[in-house]
Amino acid sequence: MSRTRTERLVNLVICLLSTRRFLTAAQIAQTVPGYEHDPSLPKDHEAFQRKFERDKAELRMLGVPLETGTSSVFDAEPGYRIAQRDYALPEVELEPDEAAAVGIAAKLWRDAGLAAAASSGLVKLRAAGIDVDPHATLGIEPQMSVEPAFDPVTAAVRERRIINFDYQVPAEDAPRTRRLQPWGAVCWRGRWYVVGHDLDRRAARCFRLSRVVGKVRAAGEPGAFSVPEGVDLIDHVARFSTASPVERTGRATVRLLPGRANGIRRRADRLEGDVATLAYSDPEHLAELLAGYGPDLVVLDPPEVRDAVVKVLTNLACAHTVRSEVVA
Amino acid sequence: MTPSADRLGRLLNLVPYLLARPGIRLADAAADLGVSERQIREDLELLWMCGLPGYGPGDLIDMAFDEDSVTITYDAGIGRPLRLTPDEAVALDVALRLLAELPGSMDRGVVHRTLAKIEKVAHSGPAIAVGMPEQPERAEQLRGAFERGRALRITYYTARRDAVTERTVDPLRLLMADGRTYLEAWCRLASAVRLFRADRIDELTELDEQADPPSWAVPAERGTKAFQLTPELPLITLLIQRPARWVAEYYPCESVEPQPNGDWLVRMRAGDLAWARRLLLGLGGHVTALGPPELVSSIGEAARQALAVYEAEPALSARPE
Repeated sequence: MSRTRTERLVNLVICLLSTRRFLTAAQIAQTVPGYEHDPSLPKDHEAFQRKFERDKAELRMLGVPLETGTSSVFDAEPGYRIAQRDYALPEVELEPDEAAAVGIAAKLWRDAGLAAAASSGLVKLRAAGIDVDPHATLGIEPQMSVEPAFDPVTAAVRERRIINFDYQVPAEDAPRTRRLQPWGAVCWRGRWYVVGHDLDRRAARCFRLSRVVGKVRAAGEPGAFSVPEGVDLIDHVARFSTASPVERTGRATVRLLPGRANGIRRRADRLEGDVATLAYSDPEHLAELLAGYGPDLVVLDPPEVRDAVVKVLTNLACAHTVRSEVVA
Repeated sequence: MTPSADRLGRLLNLVPYLLARPGIRLADAAADLGVSERQIREDLELLWMCGLPGYGPGDLIDMAFDEDSVTITYDAGIGRPLRLTPDEAVALDVALRLLAELPGSMDRGVVHRTLAKIEKVAHSGPAIAVGMPEQPERAEQLRGAFERGRALRITYYTARRDAVTERTVDPLRLLMADGRTYLEAWCRLASAVRLFRADRIDELTELDEQADPPSWAVPAERGTKAFQLTPELPLITLLIQRPARWVAEYYPCESVEPQPNGDWLVRMRAGDLAWARRLLLGLGGHVTALGPPELVSSIGEAARQALAVYEAEPALSARPE
């Protein structure tokens, strides 16, 4: 079965590539070996139709661009053909070092789906005559993976379709539905984002794919919007995920226990023996960091930082009283 | 993909592959394509039966065999491979962009030239971007040392214990996960395989001796995360207030239960309780530990000890000149 089916499919591809006219199913049945049947017998004809539908689906799944249409106004039913320019990989020439780069890149994926896609893409490049060293490796192993939202998001970007999705920000109690014209996907510091025009906020926004809850739903027609000229996707995400730099004008002086609070020693702006100076902008923020070192340090100055640390520590002390201690 | 679609895809690639390499030995082609020589022969026998309508001698795919090598002499119109599918284009595109961002991995000019060529044939655009801005110097230095295969002397900051130590390590591999570079190595100090974050290696010296990890020291299987949390690690229970909800997103949790007042009751595995204590002390009091009791008491104890220091030590500005 498998062999005859594969043979039939290869012949179908060759036949449809060789024709400029659209061929109807009936014409294909008369031409391509393996479709022989008696169209006057309903049962026979139905079996052919089912077989032909399955074969078309198989070709489409493989990415064979099956065109449907009619060659003239006299044709009663649509026919099929494959345009060589849509079918064939365009000419591509890679220098040896470029071929090596593709070969290494194709191995970076950890996701089974994308790893398979990368390697089948690589097979096509090799079929186009590019020699790729299968043993080339990289000294570093990046663990590249994606979230489930990646596929529907990149498909919508490609087709320029609007997407709807539920988005859960930690500070909010329930996810909210967002409507977006997706411009592109960005991997920034190992996390995936989608950048686009938020239709409700009427502004450019980016969203972390890991915060998408449930399915990404494509809505409306393809080609529904165009991406503004000169959009810098990375820049959008970098600004979103990195707090805008603020001027750190405050100076806090902190005394450290000998040999302790090493994290503070590493980030101190000045360190003299066991006394560290730290620049800061927000006293509460600095207090959180400093309270993390517990009794390993004491803030000497200024009072706003010292008071903030004492407040945090007092809260922590109150909240962490083991019940048995209270009873005793 | 079904086995027959799989085979069809292989056959459609095989004709152009052989066409581009006239006279290739079947054994070489099989090795290159990752299939058996027998499979290639079967594929060729099948292709020999295929061709243009008419299916006469001049219409069928034709090939010349010379002992163990083959040359395609007629391709019947399937002489080019299929175009890249959108999935294949995305997978190669993103991987090349990542490669360009990896520290010192390759000549970036080469990777960008390759990317431009692939995008041209794939009709994919710059709709995907990858950015990994993180201490490229240290990572590049690590990679150089790794390639020369030397043992390393490192000064390393362990955030979990707030300790700086000097260690001699035998590198096993470099990896990149969650946007960070790590060195996995046999640590002679710990006599165990350890993972070191590149940005916490404060100093690095390449030694003259070759790296010589024990033969049983192998990198851990990690999936896509740098750290695997296993069931034998302590389970901690936390009550997280709204401003600190990011904690539940950043660290893998076993369960998250929203409470009526907006707090989240969270259970998660901690590397160890000392790490959990340090983490909670540094969260501004927005997270309360509920268990285990040792964790609760150690946090309360640390906070009370620190408060005692503040009582004993007046502020600088409160001191008389």
